[in-house]
Amino acid sequence: MMNTKTSQKIAFSALLAVTLMVILPVLIIIIIIIREGISAINWQFIASMPSNGMRSGGIMPAILGTIYLVVLSVAIALPVGVLAAIYLNEYAKDNLLTRVIKLSIVNLAGVPSVVYGLFGLGLFVIFMKFGVSILSGALTLAIMELPVIITTSKEALNSVPQSFREVSLSLGVSRWKTVRHVVLPHALPGIMTGTILSIARIAGETAPILFTAAAFYVPRLPNSVFDQVMVLPYHLFIISTQIPNMPKNLSYGTALVLLMLVISMNLAAIVIRTYFRKRKKW
Amino acid sequence: MIESVSPIIKTEDLSLFYGDFQALKSVNSEIARNKITSIIGPSGCGKSTLLRVFNRINDTIDNVKVTGRVFFEGQDIYHITCDIDSLRRKVGMVFQRPNPFPLSVLENVAFGLRVHGIASGSELDGIVEESLKSVLLWEELKDKLKKSALNLSLEQKQRLCIARLVAVKPDVILLDEPCSTLDPMATMKIEELMVELKKKYTIIIVTHNMQQAARVSDDTGFMLLGELIEFGKTSAIFTSPEKKETEDYITGRFG
Repeated sequence: MMNTKTSQKIAFSALLAVTLMVILPVLIIIIIIIREGISAINWQFIASMPSNGMRSGGIMPAILGTIYLVVLSVAIALPVGVLAAIYLNEYAKDNLLTRVIKLSIVNLAGVPSVVYGLFGLGLFVIFMKFGVSILSGALTLAIMELPVIITTSKEALNSVPQSFREVSLSLGVSRWKTVRHVVLPHALPGIMTGTILSIARIAGETAPILFTAAAFYVPRLPNSVFDQVMVLPYHLFIISTQIPNMPKNLSYGTALVLLMLVISMNLAAIVIRTYFRKRKKW
Repeated sequence: MIESVSPIIKTEDLSLFYGDFQALKSVNSEIARNKITSIIGPSGCGKSTLLRVFNRINDTIDNVKVTGRVFFEGQDIYHITCDIDSLRRKVGMVFQRPNPFPLSVLENVAFGLRVHGIASGSELDGIVEESLKSVLLWEELKDKLKKSALNLSLEQKQRLCIARLVAVKPDVILLDEPCSTLDPMATMKIEELMVELKKKYTIIIVTHNMQQAARVSDDTGFMLLGELIEFGKTSAIFTSPEKKETEDYITGRFG
């Protein structure tokens, strides 16, 4: 018989091995993309238009398109999400309506992204006649961001101590002003973190914008929110599958740019979180 | 008995239910103006609940039902026309655990003034100074106004919480076991402060500490299982209580 110590050691080693196997793919992906794509990265690649049937030149319109979509979608989803979170956390009583709302939010988070795309196509592109445009894409992405923003904002509001609210109310401050002056400022770091994470999640999404915003190729930059745009994930898909004789390093370079964009947003979220966690003392 | 001047707060046949549990049973009381009234009784007797009725902070809990009537300055505060926010501005509260906001000393005291839009600029600085002086913190903290309030001692924090309340100029100060987290020296200082404050404010204090009630208060109410068993002059309650339960409690037979 093995003694307990040995069997524990074996168990721990097995657990460690499994854990390492989880990070291995991440590492491999990053290493391969960097190795294959780094040669494509230079200022011209980032700041110029594609040329020669996208086989050379830069990816600036795709980078800008992604940024436009993300910024507009957050501008739409953040106020709606935060207000909904305030309602749910500060005002809603536990009744049937509240439970239905909460259930809907959970379900919204579980809907496959291609379904969002089709929904956006039906509602924004066709029914509301926004066409395939930045606006349609941003609205679709905003709906996708909502569950994350609502859930994390609600969590952040919930973590503000009840005693802060009581103090404020006991000074004769109304409930709404209490939310605005006491609860919201202390919940802000959490809300920001959640928002950035939701951005990171949607920046790489392809399916929701496939039918609503993304263009195969646009020779000029968009003029208004009703224009189509090139976006990084879709551009990557096109140049990897649709364009013959595509220089390999340009595809990997595009992937690298997208990856860096997402990773840097995640890092920003982590930095904000640690910074405020250190200052938080209650 | 209580003087003939009109009481500032009065309860008539006040009962309160948390769901099915009755926490207050037909409480009748009169709180005298510019006096310190203490409410004593064993844990769970409803004394904090009663205190929390006076500024309706109980409203923040779901499933609370109140019957009977509570008057503040002759106005029924549970009547539908009562403006709860202005009630709470006149009947302020200091809590058991000192709970300054994680802001500077200055911002804590200025909080109510800013949010209510009462004062700004030099006027605000003036009220902050006056408020800190009234809780005897000014000398200690006048050079530390920009420092975080979380670094103060527990006693200073509790004084700061009182200053934060005093700044919005209430009429009544409700104190919910304000010394229970403090050591005896700090407790003594807060008690001295209360005696000082009653010149300008009516003070109602819930306390677990009978000696404290005997030391500082003018009137005392003794509660047991949601009932106000006895209410009257502190000296009378502690020397010749009328009810057997009161006597048993203050002589330490239970509690």
